Amino acid sequence: MSSTDQQPARPAPPTGLRGLVERRTSRDLAGRLFSATATGAGALILVTLAAVAVFLVVRAWPAMTTPAEELADAISWIPEGSTLLGYVGPLVFGTLLAAVLALALAVPVATGIALFISHYAPRRLASPLGYVVDLLAAIPSVIYGLWGGLWLAPRLLPAWQWLADNLGFIPLFREPASTPPRVIMTVGVVLAVMILPIITAVAREVFLQTPRLHEEAALALGATRWEMVRMAVIPFGRSGLISAAMLGLGRALGETMAVFMILSPGFTYSFELLQAGQHQTIAANIANQFAEANPLGVSALIATGLALFVITLAVNTAARWVVARRKDFSGAN
Amino acid sequence: MTTTPTQPRAARRPTTRDLLTRADPRRRWTDRIMHVVITSAFLVALVPLVSVIWTVVSNGVVRMSPYFLSVSMRGVYGGIDAGGIYHAILGTLLITGLATLISVPVGLMTAIYLVEYGRGPLARAVTFFVDVMTGIPSIVAGLFAYSLFALFLGPGVRLGAVGSVALSVLMIPVVVRSSEEMLRLVPNELREASYALGVPKWLTIIKVVLRTSVAGIITGVMLSVARVIGETAPLLIVAGVIDSINTNLFEGRMMTLPVYVFRQYSQGLVPCSPEAVDCIATINYDRAWGAALALIVIVMLLNLVARLIARYFAPKTGH
Repeated sequence: MSSTDQQPARPAPPTGLRGLVERRTSRDLAGRLFSATATGAGALILVTLAAVAVFLVVRAWPAMTTPAEELADAISWIPEGSTLLGYVGPLVFGTLLAAVLALALAVPVATGIALFISHYAPRRLASPLGYVVDLLAAIPSVIYGLWGGLWLAPRLLPAWQWLADNLGFIPLFREPASTPPRVIMTVGVVLAVMILPIITAVAREVFLQTPRLHEEAALALGATRWEMVRMAVIPFGRSGLISAAMLGLGRALGETMAVFMILSPGFTYSFELLQAGQHQTIAANIANQFAEANPLGVSALIATGLALFVITLAVNTAARWVVARRKDFSGAN
Repeated sequence: MTTTPTQPRAARRPTTRDLLTRADPRRRWTDRIMHVVITSAFLVALVPLVSVIWTVVSNGVVRMSPYFLSVSMRGVYGGIDAGGIYHAILGTLLITGLATLISVPVGLMTAIYLVEYGRGPLARAVTFFVDVMTGIPSIVAGLFAYSLFALFLGPGVRLGAVGSVALSVLMIPVVVRSSEEMLRLVPNELREASYALGVPKWLTIIKVVLRTSVAGIITGVMLSVARVIGETAPLLIVAGVIDSINTNLFEGRMMTLPVYVFRQYSQGLVPCSPEAVDCIATINYDRAWGAALALIVIVMLLNLVARLIARYFAPKTGH
């Protein structure tokens, strides 16, 4: 620095220390630009998410503020004398019912798969087997819809008829089972297949993190393999399993095509799982009505979409919170 | 044990040796049963996988032909033995391509921000909301894109570009997550060595960090493309349905492969009169299976190439 200070009058030479200093300032500009771009991209994510919420509210506002009678007049598929809330209610119920059914079917199987991969399968096979399960996640949902509607549904019919004949006294399975089986139970099976990979992936990671010492301690005390799993692995992975299930729930709630292509829709609060024309989910309803809806109808559909957004947001945030909380306790402490 | 007078006592109470070497039969049976149950859970998961792939392939090859891949549905009606998926493949490639062009810069820069610059509340907020964004239902992303464009272009807007925006909303968080993971794998020694040579931070990131992790980032991008290329619901509501070829993302409706599958499926069986010669009753389903096969091949190829890149171009861990 001192050498450049001694010759202030000389025009700046492109080389030497002074040149280095000058080049550094120009690089600093580029550096600042780069870091600003990176920060901007990060901020854009927040802006986008905020925009999603704001735009949905803005677009849904006309339907939310229009009086009930006017709304029912303007939109053909909102029944006379029903409010917007009365219209959204059965949809929310159907969405939750389908997702919970899928979860009830998927969680036990996913736990089994995760345990198989983490503790039962030969070590060398573990990662290829995990990859095979991940392949299920790669298949697009519209193909599940096609498969569910054309291939699976006819094959599930005998099972549903058997359920209705033998367990028909339980209101859930009230007979007769609808033919063709475009019922919420079929949807539940297809959704279960679709959320299986995500639940398995998370559960597998959690089970693999079980402290080796816990497992060996259990085995050293004379536990069989299953007892070791029951007493060391499952208690350790319980919260992880819960958050995995909630991530799966979030996925099932937002699934559109598989439901849309299989379910025969209806708008009731009915628990009869084998009856067609009783249920509909929010997402499938939007896909069904959107193309033919008038502006107020679009607004009403966006209002239902807003409800779906809020529900999935709550479920996913809760799942992330459980995962984050678990991190603090994880490890062998 | 056989002759000693302690025999009755031994029968009543097992010896220590017995206790240690033989499990209680009930516990042993529970263990075996659970082994079978857990193994069969895995086999149960294979049933849908195998049956989806098998039904798509076996039903799809019926219509798959160069003709099917090279014509659109323009002028195709009823049960005539014609029509293809060219327009849908074109639409899928264009819409997904634009979505990738939007998502990769934003997602990659966000990942760089999180790994290299991110400190304090903004970085924490971004990390959290990227996770939240991963869970946005695809149809909500479609509604968002529609609302955004309807603001400028009026209601009833149906454009390929709107579909791209909807897909980017779904794609960005995936790109951020995978790139972030890859950038974090770059050892700090490389960055420090670069700083020690007087290279500024931004140049270090471009020349050293990104160079080292480029294979992983490409893998992540390809997997995210594979994830959104099969999205149906948002494209159904914002890009619409059309039978002819449209190559302009900014004008008019655009068909995509997943929407094509759905469209053909929803048209159902064709009522053929008994004397009609060239009327195929199941033509719509056949076309749906054919398009599904094309879609699944594209998705699986993307997955396969992505994994291969990850395997062969992974940075060498020399020491």
